[in-house]
Amino acid sequence: MRDGRWPTTVQADTERAAASRGVAATLARRARLDRESVLLWADRQAGAVLVLPAVLVILALSIFPLVFSLYLSLARFQPAPGGFRIHFLGLLNYRKLLLGSEQEHFLGVLAALSPGTWVVWALLSALAVLLLARSLVSAPVTPVRVLGHAIVATAALLALWLVVRTLAHGGRPGTLVVTWIYVLAGVAVQYLIGLGLATLCAQELPGRRFFRVVFLLPMMITPVGVAYTFRMLTDTAKGPFAPIAKLFGFANVSWVNDPWGARIAVMIGDLWQWTPFMFIVLLAALESQSPEPIEAAIVDGASRWQIFWHITLPQIAPVSSTLVLIRLIEAFKIFDMPNVLTAGGPGTATESLTLHAYVLWRALDYGTSAAVAYSLLFVVTFVGIAYVRLIHRRVAEAL
Amino acid sequence: MALRVRQTPYGPGMLGLVVSYAVLGIWTLVVLFPLYWLFITSFKLPVQVNDGPVYLPFGDFTPSLHAWRYILVDLRNDTLRPYANTVIVGLTSSVLTLALGAAATYGLTRFNYRVRLSSVAWFMVGIAIAIGAVRLGLPWPLAVASGLAVFVLLRLAMPRRGDATGRALTNADIAFWMISQRMLPPVAVVIPIYILFQRLGMLDTRAALVVSYVAANLPIAVWLLRDYFRTIPLELEESAAIDGATRYQILWSIVLPLALPGLVATFLFIFVLAWNEYLLALFLSSANAQTMPLLVAAQNATRGPQWWYMSVLILLMIGPVIAMAIALERFIARGLLLGAVRG
Repeated sequence: MRDGRWPTTVQADTERAAASRGVAATLARRARLDRESVLLWADRQAGAVLVLPAVLVILALSIFPLVFSLYLSLARFQPAPGGFRIHFLGLLNYRKLLLGSEQEHFLGVLAALSPGTWVVWALLSALAVLLLARSLVSAPVTPVRVLGHAIVATAALLALWLVVRTLAHGGRPGTLVVTWIYVLAGVAVQYLIGLGLATLCAQELPGRRFFRVVFLLPMMITPVGVAYTFRMLTDTAKGPFAPIAKLFGFANVSWVNDPWGARIAVMIGDLWQWTPFMFIVLLAALESQSPEPIEAAIVDGASRWQIFWHITLPQIAPVSSTLVLIRLIEAFKIFDMPNVLTAGGPGTATESLTLHAYVLWRALDYGTSAAVAYSLLFVVTFVGIAYVRLIHRRVAEAL
Repeated sequence: MALRVRQTPYGPGMLGLVVSYAVLGIWTLVVLFPLYWLFITSFKLPVQVNDGPVYLPFGDFTPSLHAWRYILVDLRNDTLRPYANTVIVGLTSSVLTLALGAAATYGLTRFNYRVRLSSVAWFMVGIAIAIGAVRLGLPWPLAVASGLAVFVLLRLAMPRRGDATGRALTNADIAFWMISQRMLPPVAVVIPIYILFQRLGMLDTRAALVVSYVAANLPIAVWLLRDYFRTIPLELEESAAIDGATRYQILWSIVLPLALPGLVATFLFIFVLAWNEYLLALFLSSANAQTMPLLVAAQNATRGPQWWYMSVLILLMIGPVIAMAIALERFIARGLLLGAVRG
């Protein structure tokens, strides 16, 4: 039945019966047969009919725009009477981002080199290279794998260089680095809190259902609303924590005016909103793990921590890995929170890449905006593929 | 249900119980306090907000309905129109997404597709011709039609050699291609979509939002539904087929009812995404098709943040989805888990 064709014996029988009923019946049969054959034909095309609408929608609104966007990122877009004109520029828009007038905005300002920067970078790089080397030798070494690991290592060293130099004293991170901070810090903290809460909620506590429903709520709320709510909450003069702020002498000094304060405010909003996603999936994973190994471990006198570390964690590792991958990809798109909470400010301290592209679009610089968007797409794809190859596949196979 | 939820077999001790409740209670506060603050702010007078925080209605301030009256009575149509837009766009796009997604997923889990690479190549040729025609000054419907005609002609004319041996895209490739669209940051495609709708004269219409939301959420629908459709036993469908049911009847009266929990979870998920969507709405709509997230975000622009009005709007906006979430909580966990585990 997998080829989409059903047995037609039933139909053939009815036809034979009809044939034995004389001329009038034959005429009637012919009329019906035509209808039937149309239905049959429609049925045979079912495979295409079912899939094509979805394929066409995605083609029209994802693939074509993507191709057009690539072209746009290599061009200057000018509105003209009765439409628009597009001048092909080659890679000039990307040059502008990496070396030209948008460099400070996109990459940030590099701090002056100091011995401290070198040491931090060298340590982090050594760690990254060590981890990659261990991952490389953990499976048969093939030229393709060596090449893949080398590419990831190079990218990691460059990224670390940029992060260390822009975050050092005197530097200023651009939208690229700020987006990385949101993604890495956000996903890690959300995962840990989500796992902690899910572990607690997986116990047989009276009132579990209440907690599950409550913890789910933030995910449903519009990010714009969350951002405004957190603007209210973080207001040091009118917010609920104003007395505490006054106590410490911060009254009327909005912490959203400090670059790191603003970034942390954005991350707290994001944390509040997306921890529930981690929580709900991890909880379901914990509840569907098989109880036998844990029962055996209890009989053997294992401590709760040992059980969690050696039995539970490996069991939920595949789900965790997929979950982290999903959040990783989604977190790169962060836009609503910084746009509403801080409007990207102070300066460009909280701007994510998507917000950067939006700001350029609003300034009618469509070409550079598309170039930023494509850089984001490139980074997301690279990180996604590297994650799947290096971590996800191994974790999923380990089970 | 096939997958019974099992409890972890060890119960916490007395100390563990206290600690657990303490931590869960703290997080409950973290979740609920912002909502509480939103709620009481919507009943505050401007002066009560500006003079520093007050915490308890009837305790340290007297609640007032002025903000609610202003939003619902004075601004009636300016609030109702975005609200209606959000409801219409959210429901329409979610229903369409679910319909297209369910059909595509059913196809992908029950048929064997083989899209020959040569077909894909001919399709590209057709597109190239359409683009070339537009550049040469042909009106775009004509250009698209000619591109399509060339594609059909090429496909029919070229010999189908090596039907079974030639390189082809199979179900897994198509499914992966669809789901991978979710990786795409919307900002990378929004400018062309903006230009497209501008050329079609559809900027600031609900239809434009519906169409783009369907495209944006379709990958999620396919991804979440795939596992539900795989778990439905084929025997039922086979016996229905022997009884003479067509594919469409089988999908409608056997598969969809059996996949109902998955459909509900998927619907809820994409409805919430469409309901809260901000980026595409920001690009594609201004006055007529304005949705609630835009209205909420716009409260800042006029006279500095009007917290009391903003709180009312946010509460109006989150009310329905929170009600849905509470009612359908059990579906959400299951739907997300099945998708996430085997995605």
